[in-house]
Amino acid sequence: MDGDLVLELPTDIRSIERAVEFVMTRCRTCSEQARRLDLNFRVGLTEALSNAMLYGNSRDPSKRVLVEVALQAGRLEARVTDQGIGFDPSSVPDPTSPENLTKPCGRGLFLMRQLLDEVSFNDQGNQVTLVLRLESGGILEGGVQA
Amino acid sequence: MGFEVSQTGGVTLVEVEGQLIVGNRQELKQQVLEQLEGGDRKFVIDFAKTGYIDSSGLGVLVSLSKKIREQGGELRLSSLNEDLHTLFELTKLDTLFRIADSKEQALEGF
Repeated sequence: MDGDLVLELPTDIRSIERAVEFVMTRCRTCSEQARRLDLNFRVGLTEALSNAMLYGNSRDPSKRVLVEVALQAGRLEARVTDQGIGFDPSSVPDPTSPENLTKPCGRGLFLMRQLLDEVSFNDQGNQVTLVLRLESGGILEGGVQA
Repeated sequence: MGFEVSQTGGVTLVEVEGQLIVGNRQELKQQVLEQLEGGDRKFVIDFAKTGYIDSSGLGVLVSLSKKIREQGGELRLSSLNEDLHTLFELTKLDTLFRIADSKEQALEGF
């Protein structure tokens, strides 16, 4: 994907909030879609970055996370790639089942799947693509940062 | 982004300002556990000034609730906005916590 907006982040969980805010300020949409953007996309992107840094890159500060965001034909798409070995997304248990409800971890992927219209992984499992459909379209202010 | 801790009628009230996410969850956990170790048993975490919570933030609340219960105490939550309610409902954590509409309601009869 040729992202309209490209960020390369260090593996530092303190950078997540600023990075998400940076992307959000560049995504503008009509008021009917604002909640889907503010809640669904924001939380989904936060979860993807958290997973990339905590599990993908195993908190290794020498590894980077690539974020590519693009808006095309009413689809806001974010692709997050880490430098880890990848994982099998089908192996993640349902965090809402009674035996998992009191566990402190395991809700990130679930929230992504609940909040985004499409969530897909590459074969290696180190790249997730999130899609939010914006029925009334929207504007993505472009830019490239390294 | 920050946490304000105060005491109200024997209850420890923690107000979360900004977001509760992976970057600051440990700070909240540490503050509450310090109060727990100091003998506090009744906790209210208020989200009136909170934008959003990610899965790490939800996980910390689950973890703290468990630790507080193990010490014979209770953790209540309050003032979830519509978005936060959605996250709790999606994850079914609304069934795990006692959630009040306001901090005053959470403090009542605690």
